[in-house]
Amino acid sequence: MIDMTAQTILQHSFRIAKKDLTELFRNRLGLVLLIVMPLFMMVMVGFIYPSNGTISNLQVGLVNENSGYNSVFASQSFITGLNQINNQTHMLVITNVNSTAELKDMVQRGQLEGGIVIPSNFSQSILSGEQGTIIIVSDESNPQISATIQAALSGVFNAMGQQLAIHNVLPLNATNPLAVVQPYSIQTQGVVSGHPSYFDFIAPGIMAMTVMMSVMTGLPVAISQEKEIGTMDGMMVAPINRLSILLGKTIAQTARGLIQGCIILALAIGIFGVAIQGSILLVFALLLLGVFSFVGLGIVVTSFTKDQETAQMLMMTLMFPMMFLGGVFFPIQQMPWYMQDISKILPLTYASDALRKVMVLGSGISQISTDLIILIVFGVVMIAIALPVFKRMMTR
Amino acid sequence: MDNGNIIEVKNLTKMFGKFTAVDDISFDVKKGEIFGLLGPNGAGKSTTLRMLSTLSRPTKGTATVGGYDTVKNDTEVRKLIGIVSEKMIIYNRLTARENLWFFGSLFNIPKDTLTKRIDELLELVQLTKWKNAQVGTFSTGMRQRMNVVRALLNMPQVLFLDEPTLGLDPQSSVEIRDFIKKLNQEQGTTVIITTHMMVDADLLCDRIAIVDHGKIIALDTSTNLKKIISGGDTMIIKLEIANLTPDLIASVKALKCADAVTQENSTRLHLIVHGEEAFDNIIDAVREKNGKITTMENLQPSLEDVFLHITGHEVRDSADQKIPMQQGPGRRFGGAPRRVR
Ligand SMILES: Nc1ncnc2c1ncn2[C@@H]1O[C@H](COP(=O)(O)OP(=O)(O)O)[C@@H](O)[C@H]1O
Ligand SMILES: [Mg+2]
Repeated sequence: MIDMTAQTILQHSFRIAKKDLTELFRNRLGLVLLIVMPLFMMVMVGFIYPSNGTISNLQVGLVNENSGYNSVFASQSFITGLNQINNQTHMLVITNVNSTAELKDMVQRGQLEGGIVIPSNFSQSILSGEQGTIIIVSDESNPQISATIQAALSGVFNAMGQQLAIHNVLPLNATNPLAVVQPYSIQTQGVVSGHPSYFDFIAPGIMAMTVMMSVMTGLPVAISQEKEIGTMDGMMVAPINRLSILLGKTIAQTARGLIQGCIILALAIGIFGVAIQGSILLVFALLLLGVFSFVGLGIVVTSFTKDQETAQMLMMTLMFPMMFLGGVFFPIQQMPWYMQDISKILPLTYASDALRKVMVLGSGISQISTDLIILIVFGVVMIAIALPVFKRMMTR
Repeated sequence: MDNGNIIEVKNLTKMFGKFTAVDDISFDVKKGEIFGLLGPNGAGKSTTLRMLSTLSRPTKGTATVGGYDTVKNDTEVRKLIGIVSEKMIIYNRLTARENLWFFGSLFNIPKDTLTKRIDELLELVQLTKWKNAQVGTFSTGMRQRMNVVRALLNMPQVLFLDEPTLGLDPQSSVEIRDFIKKLNQEQGTTVIITTHMMVDADLLCDRIAIVDHGKIIALDTSTNLKKIISGGDTMIIKLEIANLTPDLIASVKALKCADAVTQENSTRLHLIVHGEEAFDNIIDAVREKNGKITTMENLQPSLEDVFLHITGHEVRDSADQKIPMQQGPGRRFGGAPRRVR
C-alpha cells in the first residue's frame, strides 16, 4: 500500500490521460467533430435565434391608398418620417406597390416579407381629429417580421407625434418644448460601455455548456467504451489505484472540453465580435470549476450504464433540459416560476451566470462568489456520492 | 504455497442475479503447471478466470494466487499476474511500442528496464519491424501476439489466458501455442488457460479441468481423462452407413448400450457405447432397418469423447466466433442441431 500515495495516483492518471489524448488526436473524424461542433453551435444559435439587432433589410411593400383631404396629404409626412428612420436603422427595404391586393399577392408568392398600407381615409382621420390608422400586412408564417415592422412604425409615429405636439406647444415659450410634450424619458445605460449583442449573452453560456457537457458526456462514453472493447481490464489488472483510472479519464476529457472551450472563445472574439471585459484567467478558472461541479454526475452515470449506447442516450436526456434550463440561450428570468426553480438546481445555471458576469460585465471574484460557492458545494457533494458508487461498479 | 500450489480455489461461486455462472468449484494449480479449463461456451470458464485475476468479485468462496487472497490482497495478486482475456487488450490507435509502454508504465517498472523489456518482447514475437506502426493496421495474428506479450510486461509468475486461439487462423494458433509452451518451459511461468477447443487442451495442458454448467466435472491429466473411457468397457465407434436415415439413427439411439450418438455427416455416426455385446447389438439394429454398413471402426478416445461421455453433450464447434459476454444466462451449443441422442 506504500506505493498508493497521492503522487503515484497522479502519475498513473497522467499516463492514462496522455494515452487517451494520443488516441483522440489520432482520430481524425473525432478531431474534426471536436472543432466543427462548437462552430456549428455558435453559428446556429447566434445567427438563427431571432433578435431585433440581427434582423435587417426586410423586403417590405408600401401601398399608399391615401387620396388626400382638402389637398393635404398626411401620408406624405408619414412616408418621409418612415424613410428617415429607416435610413438610420436599415431594418426595411421599401418597395412601392399599387394596391393592397397586389401586396398580398406578392407576400404570398414570397416576393415580399410584409407590407404597410396607408388607407384612403388616413389624411381625413388625422385632420378631423381622429386617430390615423396604418395597416400592417404580414406573413403570418413569420411572427417575427410583423413585430419588426411594428417596431419600425412605432418609431415613425413617435417622431411624427412629437413633431406635431412640439409644433402645438411652441407658443407656450418653453425652453425645451420636448419637456412639455414628453416630460419623462428613459435612457438605458449598461454597466460597461458598448452595446452587448446577443452573442455576448450566449457565448459565455455556450462555453460553459460545451466544456461541462463534454466532460459529463465524455466520461461515461470513454469509460464504457473501454469496458466494451475490453481494454479496461488491462488497466484494472495493473496494480494501480482505481482512482487513477477515473482521474486520468477526467483529465483527458477536461482537456478535450477546454480545447472546445478555446475554440468557441476564439470564434466568439474573432468572428462574432464578442469582447471579454473581465480576466481571461478567471474565465478558465470558472470553466474548470464548472467541470469539477459536473464530474460527479458524470461518474454516477458511468457507474449505472453498462454500454456506450446507453451512456450516450442517458447523457442526451440529461443534457437537453440542462441546455434550455441552464440559462444558456435565454435568461432564466423569462421562464415560468417552476422552470426557474428547476434551473436553480442545475450547476450549469451558475456556471453560465458567473461566466457571463466575468465576460460581459467584467466582474471579479468577489462579485461572483455566490456562484462559485454553489458550484464548489455542488461538485463536492456529487463527488462524495459518486466515488463509492464507482468503486462498487469497478469490481462487479 | 509450501505445498507447491500457486493457486488455491475453495468453493468459488459467482452468481449474476439468480443465475449461477460458477457453482462452488474448488481446485489447486501447482507452480509451473499449465492448467486448462475446458468446457463449452457459457460453462463459466471466463467468469472463473476473471475472479482469479481480481477482475470480478466472487459471490462466495475464496481464491488465492501466490498466497494472496484475490479480494483482500488484490493489489499483491495483480503484481504477480498477467492476463490475456477474450477481448484483446490493446489500443488500435497506439503503436506497438506505445501500447507496451503505456501498460508497462502502470507497473512502476524503471524506465530503462522497461525500454529494454519492450524491445525484447517485441523481438520475441517478431514484431520489432512494426514497433512504430499503429496496432490497428496489424493482422489478427499479429495483434494477438502483441496482446500476449503485453501480458508479460511485468514478468508475471502466473499467466491467465482466456481462449487465446479463438478466431485465429491455424498458423497463428500454432504460434501462440508454441509461445505459451516455451514461456512455461523457459521461464517457469504458471499458465491457466481456458478453451473450448480440444486441441489446445490436449497439446498444452498438464492437467485439465472439464467444466460444465459452472461445475468442474472431471480434473486430471489428458491421458488419465481418456482412461475413463479406455480403462472401462466403454468404446468409441465410427460407424458409416451408406443409406443413413433418421429412422435408423433413432433405433441406434434406442439401444441400451449406446451412451451418446452423434451424426457427423450424411453417412457417418460417432458412437460412445459400453458393454461386451455393443458391436453385435449395433449391427443387429442397423440390419433390422436394412442399413448398409460400410465401415465400423473402434477409435482411440479423444478428450471430446471424454466430455461427451461425462456430460452427454458435445463441446466442440460450440463457438467458432466470439459471443458477446452479456447475453444473459443461458447455454449455447452450436453443435446442438447435430446432436442426436
Ligand atoms: N456480467 C455478466 N452478467 C450476467 N451474466 C453473465 C455475465 N458474465 C457471464 N455471464 C453468464 O455466465 C455464464 C458463464 O459465462 P462465461 O464465464 O463467459 O462462460 P465461458 O467463458 O465458459 O464461455 C454465461 O451463461 C454468461 O451468459
Ligand atoms: Mg469465455
